[in-house]
Amino acid sequence: MAKRVAVVGAGQTYHRSKRLDVNGVELIHEAVTRALADADLTREDIDLVIIGNMDHFEGINYVDMWSIEGSGGFMKPTIKLTTGGTTGSTLAVAGYHMIASGLFDKALVIGWEKNSESDTTAAINTAFDPIWDRLTFAGAIGGLAVEASVYMHDYGVTERDAARVVVRDRKNARNNPYAHLRKEVTIEEVLGSPMLCDPVKLLDMCPRSDGACAVIFASEDVAEKITDKPVWIWGTASRHMYSFINDVDFHGLRSLKNASKELYQKCGIKEPLKEIDVIELYQPYSFGGLMWLESMGLCKEGEAPQLLWDGVTDMEGELPVNPSGGVIATNPIGATGLIRCAEVAMQMMGKAEGHQVSDVKIGMSTGFGGCMWSDVLLYGKKKPGS
Amino acid sequence: MPEKEMELLTKSSGEAEQPFRYSAGRWGSKFLTELRDHKKLLGIRCPKCRKVYVPPRQICGPCFQRMEELVELSDKGTLVAFTIIRFSFIDPETGIQRPVPYGYGMVKLDGCDNAFQHFINIEDETKVNIGARVQAVFSENRRGNLLDIQYFEVIGG
Repeated sequence: MAKRVAVVGAGQTYHRSKRLDVNGVELIHEAVTRALADADLTREDIDLVIIGNMDHFEGINYVDMWSIEGSGGFMKPTIKLTTGGTTGSTLAVAGYHMIASGLFDKALVIGWEKNSESDTTAAINTAFDPIWDRLTFAGAIGGLAVEASVYMHDYGVTERDAARVVVRDRKNARNNPYAHLRKEVTIEEVLGSPMLCDPVKLLDMCPRSDGACAVIFASEDVAEKITDKPVWIWGTASRHMYSFINDVDFHGLRSLKNASKELYQKCGIKEPLKEIDVIELYQPYSFGGLMWLESMGLCKEGEAPQLLWDGVTDMEGELPVNPSGGVIATNPIGATGLIRCAEVAMQMMGKAEGHQVSDVKIGMSTGFGGCMWSDVLLYGKKKPGS
Repeated sequence: MPEKEMELLTKSSGEAEQPFRYSAGRWGSKFLTELRDHKKLLGIRCPKCRKVYVPPRQICGPCFQRMEELVELSDKGTLVAFTIIRFSFIDPETGIQRPVPYGYGMVKLDGCDNAFQHFINIEDETKVNIGARVQAVFSENRRGNLLDIQYFEVIGG
């Protein structure tokens, strides 16, 4: 019988394009101390450390050992997880699984990245098959651009529609003290920014950031003693799609569609648009902020632009998306999926400084990886089964 | 007396390469040698679900079934996804920046169930749209890798 699991604390760094003042271990330590302080716990209270980054970006392939002084894992069970872009959300799923197993009571889950330390595109290339995919590969941006090309072709969605996503997220980021890019942008600025891969322009894309995030997961046996506002994990789901880029069907994000269906079914969600109060979407580019809302079943295919233009996903809307500013504003890749988890938890605990959504009872976070895979997590104020 | 500002250093990974040499396997090698020697494209069919895949591989993932039946594919197909790359990045094969702009997309080859990722000729951009019929143009000097196809170009009909 699985234990019920809650998030009881979170911490993150002030994300920047370049943190020359810290090495990776020191960056990790900043997030860890903030998460422990948030939960009013000490290193001694932690039973398990789970740590990850997208190791391609630092080329250091033993992060669990390398970071042991900063992570708090010294002489504790410590495990490394690294799953590309979904690293952060995989870490959250793992925190949930490990505590649900009943083998551990309190897990410190850490995601981080020093993206400034490498050539992002060259590193991403290693997430694709060396013989069949890399030679003609066009990087993460090219891959996303072809997805957008199909979406625009099928539904007549425009670059202007996509720009509205960016305007929302950059506006929200202005109120998030931890966000990397905190300057608002206008539709015209997005449309006028340099074209990278048709139709994706510079301002349609996420930045890359140096940053870390830590989240503490606790078992039902201790969660309510640690905080009076535990954020219960109602469920998680994951889907992967393929071996080679050739295998991807670009009509909708199938992995997100299927993972969301499973999640809603497991958690008793019948009308996600109505029942969910906040979503932190792993959205590395603007068009994803339209298409993937459809994949999550928030509206019919081709209708997401209307949700955006009607303000449904704005801070004051029916279902705020990315109150933190999301990935468009902040992207330390190995941390990014975990920041989505932390931000939902902060929303539900009333700790989202400056960017608080009112009355959040049910929240959702997602993770996305450049081979079109997806993680989804659902959180609730209500203890499951109560 | 103000503290002297600390100098923050970085260390590069150096000039030495970390090379790898990857095996293409039986079916992968067959595909690449046919491409190099005969300008032919091969797929493989799953005996269970009957799907044809390119490049040919040993196992059909959904069926978890070994595949043996090679299928000759057309060098013609339909463009199903497309973009023009306008920002340059370092080509991992050559170590130098690719000249931009160039076309890139997914081609559904006739006879095949999945798509084929490659470069798309954009000499006449107006003709390059999703749904266009395209044909492979092979490189003069072929060496047994995917660049033995130079690009796909739009054809009439």
